[in-house]
Amino acid sequence: MVIFSIAGSPPRKRRRGLAKFMKNRAAVVGAAIVALMFFIAIFAPWLAPFDPIRASFMTVRKAPDAVHWLGTDELGRDVLSRMIWGARASLQAGVVSVMIAVLIGVPLGLLAGYFGKWVDVLISRLADALLSIPFLILAIAMAAFLGPSLTNAMIAIGVSAMPRFVRLTRGQALSTKSEDYVEGARAIGLGDLRIIVRYILPNVLPPIIVQASLTVATAIIAEASLSFLGLGQLPPAPSWGSMLNSAKDFVEQAPWMSIYPGIAIFVTVLGFNLLGDGLRDALDSREH
Amino acid sequence: MLRLIANRILMAIPTLILVSMMIFGLQKMLPGDPVLAMAGEDQNPQVIATLRLKYHLDEPVPTQYLLWMKDLLHGNLGTSLRTDVPVTELIAQKLPVTLQLAVMGMIIAVGIGLPAGILAAANKGRMLDYGANILALSGMSIPNFWLGLILIFVVSVRWHLLPSSGYVAPSEDFWLSMKTMLMPAFVLGAALGAQLMRHTRSAMLSVLQADYIRTARAKGLLRATVVVKHAFRNALIPIITVLALLFGELLAGAVLTEQVFTIPGFGKLVVDAVFNRDYAVVQGVVLVTALSFTAANLLADVLYILLNPRLRHS
Repeated sequence: MVIFSIAGSPPRKRRRGLAKFMKNRAAVVGAAIVALMFFIAIFAPWLAPFDPIRASFMTVRKAPDAVHWLGTDELGRDVLSRMIWGARASLQAGVVSVMIAVLIGVPLGLLAGYFGKWVDVLISRLADALLSIPFLILAIAMAAFLGPSLTNAMIAIGVSAMPRFVRLTRGQALSTKSEDYVEGARAIGLGDLRIIVRYILPNVLPPIIVQASLTVATAIIAEASLSFLGLGQLPPAPSWGSMLNSAKDFVEQAPWMSIYPGIAIFVTVLGFNLLGDGLRDALDSREH
Repeated sequence: MLRLIANRILMAIPTLILVSMMIFGLQKMLPGDPVLAMAGEDQNPQVIATLRLKYHLDEPVPTQYLLWMKDLLHGNLGTSLRTDVPVTELIAQKLPVTLQLAVMGMIIAVGIGLPAGILAAANKGRMLDYGANILALSGMSIPNFWLGLILIFVVSVRWHLLPSSGYVAPSEDFWLSMKTMLMPAFVLGAALGAQLMRHTRSAMLSVLQADYIRTARAKGLLRATVVVKHAFRNALIPIITVLALLFGELLAGAVLTEQVFTIPGFGKLVVDAVFNRDYAVVQGVVLVTALSFTAANLLADVLYILLNPRLRHS
């Protein structure tokens, strides 16, 4: 278990963490990729050269040229424009599903770690049960029963990722609750909720931030996987996974339909992985 | 030691009961009446009545669960609504295909991940280490279904080296079976190999800093002997635990790989079941996956106890 120590610590330590992060070139590249992808997703309506949904039978499966830089798909839609709009679905899925996982997982982990006893047993067993079903299999099963849509895919991914946050938070809460300052807070009569929010939560946050950035990477791949299987973003709305789903039937005739959306997923996921690794190195008090 | 192993097995039981509750609960997530969803488009009243009786849907939910569990413990996972074949039979047919893919994928993952991790740790901070790290990070970031599509385009369409899809059982034609499965297994194994490399590197690095390694080096032992014989043997314990965790990803990855390469395995069965709204099959596949994953974790724990001398002699 990684031991983190900067939350609630003096600003000097936090500045040192930031300086360490800025010195890590790979982490800065990761942060730049993530920022660029968010920029593309937010400004998609202004950046996309064509309507991503309107089909044109005059331009079916055109190879990349001066007009359509990355070619067109089986319905004559511009691949670049669909990729730009697709960034929205992928990033939205990545961020929203991780938010679901954090918003459910962190409070449950805090409760389990802080109160212990039967609360811990119940929550930990529930997390173990969820962890014993592989992430994507659980997401596929949930998406199947909830019905295919981007929203349901995000819920399925969020719930599947939740136990990781329960375990992480529980471990941190367990080690923090026996610290002197928590005992002190209890001695002066502060309530459990106040102790959890003011003293335990800040110590839990740094590893949660690291885990969240790494889980966004996993969630983006999971959304792309679900959309590739037809269980995520529904056509004609674009997402990188659903673009690859339709591209798989035209690998021979129109390889550009497969190549570019995949590169987009790869670069974005790499960005989040580099960012997560960099944050871990910057926030980790251990020497590697 | 036996008590430790028995304890670990006993601890898995409540987890499995909770898993069964969750899988049972999946059908309760269906919007509206599950029987109407199961009955398909025809909505035949006779079919609806039969289904209601078959799934004991007029009983209270806890009773429904207990009856479902009773069937489960008798090896009855229900019947496919689509094909009318028992789910256990369907799974038994498809499982060997996925197992072949998974075993080949795991061999490739271990073949890439372990040597790369050991080499990276032994050469920490050098070009080899950076190269292995970049490869590992890239391997973890590439969606495996996309890697599959690209390989089909390059290896099958352009170079005509390997078949792009399908499945041949090893009993029919062993070499053709290996040839057909090589590309899917590589796609499945590459991402796992990348993760395994990172874990192996980190486990090796922590062992290489230990005092006994310094002593072994001081005694004048060869660097390779120290790395392989002394360090790797001790780094193996955490690596085995990681392998068990990766087994879950292997099963999940197989779903996508089978879809890309049209392999009629376990993964294709679940995806087809999802689109056919064949919920009993989906539940059966999720249950068997969870059972295998739990068994793999249990095995890793037992191996951990057996390999760790301090726990072995306790």
